[in-house]
Amino acid sequence: MPLTINGHDHDFAGDPRTTLLDFLRRDCNLTGTKKGCDHGQCGACTVLVNGQRINACLTLAIMHDGESITTIEGLGTPDNLDPIQAAFVRHDGYQCGYCTPGQICSAKAMLAEAASNWPSFVSEDLSGAVRLTREEIRERMSGNLCRCGAYSNIVDAIVDVMEREQ
Amino acid sequence: MTRTLSMDQPDDRNRLDAMVQGVIGKPLDRLDGPAKVTGSALYAAEYAIDNCAEGVLVTATIAKGEVTAIDEASVLNMPGVIAVISNDRMTARAAQGGAGESPVRKVRQVAYRGQPIALVVAETFEQAREAAKRLQITYREDDDAVIDQHARALPTETSGEPTIQGNLDRAISEAAHAVDVTYTTECHNSAPMEPHASIAQWDGTTLTVHASLQMLKYNVKELADSMGLAPENVRLLSPYVGGGFGSKLGISADVAAASVAAIELGRPVRVVLSRQQVFQSVMRRSETTQRLRLAADSEGRLTGFGHEGRVSNLPGESFAEPVTQASEYLYPGENRTLRIDVARLNLLTAGSVRAPGEAVGMQALEGAMDELAVIIGIDPVELRLRNIPDRHPAKDIPYSSRPLAECLKTGAERFGWDVGPRRPCHTREGEWWIGTGMATATRVHNLNEAEARVTLYPDGTAAVASDMTDIGTGTYTILGQIAAEMLGLDIKDVLVRLGDSSFPPGSGSGGSWGAPSTGSAVFLACEGIRERLAKRLDCTDEELTLKDGFATVRGQSIALPDLLKGDEIEEVGHFKDGAISDSFSSAMYGAFFTEVAVNAYSGEVRVRRFTGAFVCGRVLNEKTAISQCMGGMVWGIGSALTEENIFDKRHGHIVNPDLAEYHIPVSLDVPHLDVVLVDERDPAASPLQAKGVGELGICGAAGAIGNAIHDACGVRLRSFPFTPDKIIAELEAP
Repeated sequence: MPLTINGHDHDFAGDPRTTLLDFLRRDCNLTGTKKGCDHGQCGACTVLVNGQRINACLTLAIMHDGESITTIEGLGTPDNLDPIQAAFVRHDGYQCGYCTPGQICSAKAMLAEAASNWPSFVSEDLSGAVRLTREEIRERMSGNLCRCGAYSNIVDAIVDVMEREQ
Repeated sequence: MTRTLSMDQPDDRNRLDAMVQGVIGKPLDRLDGPAKVTGSALYAAEYAIDNCAEGVLVTATIAKGEVTAIDEASVLNMPGVIAVISNDRMTARAAQGGAGESPVRKVRQVAYRGQPIALVVAETFEQAREAAKRLQITYREDDDAVIDQHARALPTETSGEPTIQGNLDRAISEAAHAVDVTYTTECHNSAPMEPHASIAQWDGTTLTVHASLQMLKYNVKELADSMGLAPENVRLLSPYVGGGFGSKLGISADVAAASVAAIELGRPVRVVLSRQQVFQSVMRRSETTQRLRLAADSEGRLTGFGHEGRVSNLPGESFAEPVTQASEYLYPGENRTLRIDVARLNLLTAGSVRAPGEAVGMQALEGAMDELAVIIGIDPVELRLRNIPDRHPAKDIPYSSRPLAECLKTGAERFGWDVGPRRPCHTREGEWWIGTGMATATRVHNLNEAEARVTLYPDGTAAVASDMTDIGTGTYTILGQIAAEMLGLDIKDVLVRLGDSSFPPGSGSGGSWGAPSTGSAVFLACEGIRERLAKRLDCTDEELTLKDGFATVRGQSIALPDLLKGDEIEEVGHFKDGAISDSFSSAMYGAFFTEVAVNAYSGEVRVRRFTGAFVCGRVLNEKTAISQCMGGMVWGIGSALTEENIFDKRHGHIVNPDLAEYHIPVSLDVPHLDVVLVDERDPAASPLQAKGVGELGICGAAGAIGNAIHDACGVRLRSFPFTPDKIIAELEAP
């Protein structure tokens, strides 16, 4: 079964019980996507499927026939960081680093969702243009847990990226 | 060469401030940052190792008794299943921090529900997981399990020596103002984002394990003891650790289980705890019941101080949550009673969770202090300022430093503290009551023996190596900064290698001692290198200036490669914690100020503003130090409002053993955090004049939030966490 990961062709032919997360980590050796809970509770495994963020632990690899997956490895490298990755370093938006790839993938998709005017739980207006306040960012990033407690810096990093893009 | 220093007296030389590279203390980005943000940093379970089998632990479903049979045949014919292992080289409990010996290994004698009893090994994770679920276990269940941690009458024993001084009962009865209140806290879980994980490899002589651990020099001994191997035949690798918070101080069940399987099967085996097993099988912070008795004169000066706690643990465990640790030194009161009693329960091992003692002890104490301020009718900051002793109230020794007043004043000013007695229910915004609260922060300063090796290469670059770990604390970066400052190098020219037990034994990460202890070992090694460079230049270390890769003496500069002439200089720094704690009471201090909103209808609490002013000796990296403080404050929010592991009183099962039901704060729960570090040099703390900062931010934080809730809506709660149900039960009609 073909699927595309970070622009490269892959083939899945394994145990149908294999989650997308385990397929990425074990079979593709893309260990940047993390397993924190395996139950969709922590967001450490956030990846982009056709551009949208999902928890890779809550979906089976076999459900992604022909789809395009982007993992943290597809965003940037240590020598060529994505602007969000660079902002996380600059603002210390991590500590142990284990939730970080999920935070960054999530932030990437979250910015796109807001640009498409998707409302959130804290949006005053469900149909108008979305203005990404700090509160909006905090709400939209609340599916990504960080036990080290780097949230304040993560929000700073995202705000920084937004301001540089404008 | 090894350079040794035992911390027996203050080091007043203050050598770091005599250096000129200008990198120490600076808010540098983490050296490991690019690896972490790109996912290229490898954590324990992520090494691609050929022919690696997968193990899944099976845990007990009774609280106390014995495994009488394990029906291996029930799973051995399932696809891919290789073996079922259950023997006494596996560990039934996690090792306590610093144990240095195997924890309890009798896996078939069940002492708590969730105890590891067997390991199922298969070719793939999916196969092992399925078989682990289907494995048939037969038990003989005891009927005398002690499970109800909240039962009033539990047999207890006293932990350590109580502090009894003067007559507290009389002080209370004769005091102008007194409080006698009991606070409770529930069990907490460290819940690091990376579950505990191990990949074990056995070559017939040496056991090599990629594991997620905080203190390798002890962990090697613990695992060697479990396996019956000599420590020199055990090698542990933990270059990246996805959070620990105490739960990875000692070896957890995955480490020994993977090792036994690798040895018995002759192939590599990976064992990763499920999130549920992290909750059920590693470590909890004990629930606590804390009676606080405070007696004050008419001016609010403490004359009596009582802090008596009841905590719990499994039979045979020496650890007792030291809730009175800060109470020993923080506030005065010549009449003192401090003690801790420990009850024996058949619940998961209780051990160190971030800031054992102060994390839950300080939030109770600071709640009681706020109650005292209300009774006296004075500003709660003023009450603290009036109760800063000159000397340790029980030991009568000096403080190494005592800048609490500076923290209180700096924090109050930044926050815009509304000075005066608290008058609850003063501000309402729509559905929300708004109030402010504050608390003192403090955490004892700990040191541990540590070694580190520093090598200066002929090309003028350097490398630091220690088995020390970086669990998110910034250790790679601060050790690099210390070496760069001492040797006059660009930070980019210093390579820091950690988390390999074949390197010199550092302090390990725990008790906030990593930076002052292993940092001092790096400092000592660099001093040794400086001395050898000075000798080549015929001068003293004090006359030598090292900056940007050049050595300068008496106006003459020479590039390090020219000075080294192809030689490599290697030194090991050996720091010993020494006897200084007998002479000085040393601690980190701080103050929290917070504003909360309490919903008048639902009892929901939102933290709207949170300021912390902290002092921790010399700051080694302003950016990572602030992050550590922020992390602690986030833990304070969790401890105040949401975090509690709930045990089923019938079966001892944790009802909420995962991140969906055990609520750690999420981004929306945390406001922009305002942290300020108050500058200090503490020569009695370490040769760096630095203390630890990894735990300080939690110690008292939840107390400030509770006090703000009272100021907002007039509800005084004493049973953490302050969930909406508890608040709404006390709220007046909206």
